[in-house]
Amino acid sequence: MNAAPTRRVRRIATFGLRTRLVLAFLLVAAVSAGTTAALTYREARSAVLVSAQDTAVASFREQVQTLAPSLPVDPETLRELLFVLASKAKPHPWIVFAEYGSLRVSSSTRPTSSVITPELRRTALTTSHGSFQRVVKNGVPYLTIGVPVLTRTSGVGTLPTGLVLFAVMQMSEEQANVDALVTAARDGALPGLAIALVPALIAARSVLRPVRELRRAARSMGSGRLDERIKVSGSDELADLARTFNESAGQLEKSVDELQQAEARARRFASDVSHELRTPLAGMLAVTEVLDEDADGLDPDTARAVRLISAETGKLAVLVEDLMEISRFDARAAELNTDEVDVAETIGKTLLHRRWEDRVSTELPDGIRARLDPRRFDIVVANLVGNALRHGSEPVTVRLRTRTAADGASLLVVEVADSGPGIRPDVLPHIFDRFYKADAARTRSAGSGLGLAITQENVRLHGGTVHAENGPDGGAVFVIEIPLGGPTGYERDNGRNASGTDEATAGVDPSRDDTERAPA
Amino acid sequence: MPRVLLIEDDPSVREGVELGLRRRGHVVRTAATGEAGLAALREFRPDLLLLDLMLPGMNGVQVCRRVREDSQLPIIMLTARGDDFDVVIGLEAGADDYIVKPARTEVIEARIRAVLRRMETPGSGRPAVEFHGDLAVDRAGLTIAKSGERLALAPSEMRLLLHLTTAPEQVFSRQQLLEHVWEHSYHGDSRLVDACVRRLRNKIEDNPSSPRYIQTLRGFGYRFGPL
Repeated sequence: MNAAPTRRVRRIATFGLRTRLVLAFLLVAAVSAGTTAALTYREARSAVLVSAQDTAVASFREQVQTLAPSLPVDPETLRELLFVLASKAKPHPWIVFAEYGSLRVSSSTRPTSSVITPELRRTALTTSHGSFQRVVKNGVPYLTIGVPVLTRTSGVGTLPTGLVLFAVMQMSEEQANVDALVTAARDGALPGLAIALVPALIAARSVLRPVRELRRAARSMGSGRLDERIKVSGSDELADLARTFNESAGQLEKSVDELQQAEARARRFASDVSHELRTPLAGMLAVTEVLDEDADGLDPDTARAVRLISAETGKLAVLVEDLMEISRFDARAAELNTDEVDVAETIGKTLLHRRWEDRVSTELPDGIRARLDPRRFDIVVANLVGNALRHGSEPVTVRLRTRTAADGASLLVVEVADSGPGIRPDVLPHIFDRFYKADAARTRSAGSGLGLAITQENVRLHGGTVHAENGPDGGAVFVIEIPLGGPTGYERDNGRNASGTDEATAGVDPSRDDTERAPA
Repeated sequence: MPRVLLIEDDPSVREGVELGLRRRGHVVRTAATGEAGLAALREFRPDLLLLDLMLPGMNGVQVCRRVREDSQLPIIMLTARGDDFDVVIGLEAGADDYIVKPARTEVIEARIRAVLRRMETPGSGRPAVEFHGDLAVDRAGLTIAKSGERLALAPSEMRLLLHLTTAPEQVFSRQQLLEHVWEHSYHGDSRLVDACVRRLRNKIEDNPSSPRYIQTLRGFGYRFGPL
């Protein structure tokens, strides 16, 4: 039962703030205008009616008293008297009726009036001052006045003679005045309501503008512009809200700034450390061959130590190089140097150069061309295949295909699948984390621990995605998806159009030779 | 064996690379600054210059430009990856190739060999001099002349032009050119090709901005002609 009002409240709540404000304003205006009009109408109406009726009653009574003494109850004489009374009507014409026992005489053609009620007849007989009644018949308002004719007798005072005179007066003019009042009240209230709309809209606007401003600022902050502030004007509650918003935004910005600075410091430190390590490593790496070659001639312990140093120097060089690479991604300094390549050929070379072609089976259809950074794409494929060979089991399969994305873009899809035990579900979300070790007991693998993280960054740089899953037959599957035309909107690439739109119109175009551009 | 001049400011890199190359039979002279290197150049007469890009005082790019003013000596830059801007500038200045540090001696030596080999590849079974438009290409004498005037081409430019003119009108992708001209076995940096083409055009084209000899095939690579 009480679901209905709740629903209505909810429906009102779904209206906008502006609508609700305007409705409330109009409601208040309507109620006040209505009340004022009703009260005014009532007062004015009674003033009009009462003044007419008082005049009529007083005047009729006075006429009756003046003329009554010469009363013989003779119909002809009475009729003449009634005519005299009728001619002295005030303020409007009236018709006079006389009733005495069964005698009915009137100043009109009909001897009696249907407007006179039995109630009036009764009170007129018993009340010496007479009485009156307002009667509406067939939509026409009448004032009916009944006055008894009295005889003055000495000693007793006045006595009713039994003769009662009635006056019936039409009140049409008064009714017209009252109707005019109603029309005036209505005509005044309606424009009033319309005018009330203006302050309602202005008030709604004055509330809504700060609210809109707040919403815009909040959205802008949400999209990362933390320096967004609202202009505070006035000192009302909305201004307070705006001020609070600004203060919170300031604190948020400060915290984020501090976090970012801390992060930037950490990244710069990692980058600096790698840089500093690289120079001594460059010298060390250049002489590892000398160590390897001469180790045979040394005594066994020294030889082992020398070979250890040589091998670890190589690993250290890889690690430092990977750290530098990650630092460049973090600093957004990684550059994409794209070239239009045959993807099957590119993957084939990656496998060939690392002597993996016998250990990896491939499904590489010819004729798929894509805009890639060949060096970075080589790293991506090499990392994934190397990872599969190291942590999964052979056979490892590399599949190449294309597909059309939901937004119509053509994607290059490369799948690297192994036949190992697959990736544990709890490891899967972290597989691309830096230095993440699936097995805590395993201390160090052949890789730097950054391989998959670098892979992910490289794929992202191409505007693509990479994800890991477990295949239907077990074994881990890594899937790369990269836009065939290169990352959209990417402007580097020697000034070439990276969106790939020029591929269809490949041809000699010496007038627009991008290779002439300055490298800056 | 090749005579290598190494200009490198860091003592450990200088010593390590020198030691590694010397073990492989190279005759190595080192210099710690660009100025000292330029001085050693005249007296040592190296076959190849191994040039660090980041040098105190006169930097590697400036040294490279100075050398190119009057010499077509093969130049390989030593650089750290990430110094991408410097690599491009260095290539524009006339370097033939670059090596990212840290590198094993075998990698350094392979690049040195590749750069030097391109000077020793005479064409066989071809006419001594081919004419392409105003260009005269002498494969045996390894000279290129334009309208009778001999052009001074750096080793990589010479090798690129010879490679493209062996098959006029055939399109070569950048990766193919990197493999054949620069002998990069891994996926190389296509900017090497672009920079070399730019330098070559500046020397052989009448109007480098609307090239006639070395044309770009958008999305595919480069070709020589058609004239």
